[in-house]
Amino acid sequence: MDIANALVAILNFVVIPAAAYGSQLALGALGVTLIYGILRFSNFAHGDTMAFGTAMVILLTWALQAMGVSLGPIPTALLALPFGIALTAALVLMTDRWVYRHYRRVRADPIVLVMASVGVMFVMNGLTRLVIGVEEIRFDDGARFIISVQQFKAWSGLAEGLSFRTTQAITLIVAALSCWALFRFLNRTRSGKAMRAYSDNEDLALLSGIDPERVVRMTWIIATALAVMAGTLYGLDKSFKAFNYFQILLPIFAAAIVGGLGSPTGAVAGGFIIAFSEVAVTYPWKKIAGYLFPTWQPDGLLQLLSTEYKFAVSFVILIVVLLFRPTGLFRGKSV
Amino acid sequence: MSDTDHGFGNRGNRDASVVNPKGRGTVDGTRRSGAVQPGSGAAPFLAATALRGGYGKADILHGCTITVDRGQIAVIVGPNGAGKSTAMKAIFGMLDLREGAVQLDGNDISALNPQDRVRAGMGFVPQVANVFPSMTVEENLQMGAYIREDDFRQTMDQVYTLFPAVAQKRKQAAGELSGGQRQQVAVGRALMTQPKLLMLDEPTAGVSPIVMDELFDRIIEIARSGISILMVEQNARQALEIADIGYVLVQGTNRYTDTGAALLANPEVRRTFLGG
Repeated sequence: MDIANALVAILNFVVIPAAAYGSQLALGALGVTLIYGILRFSNFAHGDTMAFGTAMVILLTWALQAMGVSLGPIPTALLALPFGIALTAALVLMTDRWVYRHYRRVRADPIVLVMASVGVMFVMNGLTRLVIGVEEIRFDDGARFIISVQQFKAWSGLAEGLSFRTTQAITLIVAALSCWALFRFLNRTRSGKAMRAYSDNEDLALLSGIDPERVVRMTWIIATALAVMAGTLYGLDKSFKAFNYFQILLPIFAAAIVGGLGSPTGAVAGGFIIAFSEVAVTYPWKKIAGYLFPTWQPDGLLQLLSTEYKFAVSFVILIVVLLFRPTGLFRGKSV
Repeated sequence: MSDTDHGFGNRGNRDASVVNPKGRGTVDGTRRSGAVQPGSGAAPFLAATALRGGYGKADILHGCTITVDRGQIAVIVGPNGAGKSTAMKAIFGMLDLREGAVQLDGNDISALNPQDRVRAGMGFVPQVANVFPSMTVEENLQMGAYIREDDFRQTMDQVYTLFPAVAQKRKQAAGELSGGQRQQVAVGRALMTQPKLLMLDEPTAGVSPIVMDELFDRIIEIARSGISILMVEQNARQALEIADIGYVLVQGTNRYTDTGAALLANPEVRRTFLGG
């Protein structure tokens, strides 16, 4: 039995990638859950907001690179990120002005807002493809690894290597910082509390002198910032492809619902649950089994599901949660 | 309303995995305020005159008039469906009025939206859903003080002195409190803005008689501090006992208007509205 090698392999192929992916999902799910809690509908355009925002960040990154700006070992995209967020937030606020505000004014049924967001999704989807195209784009620059496989092998003397990429480290750091900032904002600041108050009871918020339109604007800006961060980190970690961002909507919604819609803590927990399940189920465990039980020679790869079916994992978790605990793990507002 | 799908029984709006109807508002929050006009000089502190309007096409208010002077307690009583709560909402701008004007402190505020009426010095405690359930008692009071830029700790201490029972529960979520305590938090929240006029819609609905007496005592205390109070009450007899002025509303119009004591003494009012 070779526990050291098995652990390193688990860390390298499961824990680190799932943690990075989980952070990206958590950021996305936080945006979904905020919009659900405060604006009271599931925003189907969230994935395409991520795509559009990332496209903006990529364009700005190219501009910065052309100007010769670089952050050294850190990807230039991080420098472009705040500007990408600002541009995307402007577009989202315009969407609110042109689409959603009308439905708020006529006090439309909430399901109407959901359907409106589907429309917005298609428009944003098209806009993104128009702006940046449908091809796969890699835009990470700077140092690729913090720990590379060779370095690790030389240092540890193990047969199994471990790599820790810069983008993964950045994902974890950015996600942790933005979660911390968001929770602090919601629980400590006057504006954050006003958003929670509006989520609890719209009319009473009005009677406390809280301007509902300001709350709505803040919610859109924060959700967009989270979405663009999630999208950029996902793009840096893997690659940018407009269609992938449409698909990632499913695990993001699954994460938000597993955690409990409307609960920010739940969204973070849900993101990690979905990511770890997805990676664990689609990872071929044969190598690790080989380290742990050298005498056992399984026929297959010990892979529960091939990676093409990874979205099925989110689907199954989603259905199980909706059937047995519809309020999610952290008792959100649903059902 | 628009496309209530009979075939699907409004299914979409009940699916909590896509929509969140909890705590949804009834008032259009996008409405902007119009300008404040100078009112007629001689009007009382609050003068809502000849109010006409309702929620849809049919009017509920048919020209009712409510006035309150400084430091007075005014009570609106009347049978169910008389438009008492509607009149309160109309005074607070939560309803589109077809006719009528609302004057506060010498200014015509008819064009203001509810948010700006709060800033103009009005406070409102709705009958139901009058606290933020997931927020702590302290946060509820902080939200009451949302429009205040100055240090409001003193006001908070005053509220806690007024309602010692909720002071002990300041870190507890308001949704977990008993009915009476919740009502106290609701009044406390409205007091945090330091309103000049406090409007209470059935503050004693669903609380025990002991708590009710205590709430009435607190309301008298609030009025003595110089805040005008306008209140709708089901417990008409007790409410009229503390009222400086009472309104009996029937079908959206004023039927009787007099001091509380005079209304209690009026045999016709007693027979028709106070049960003998």
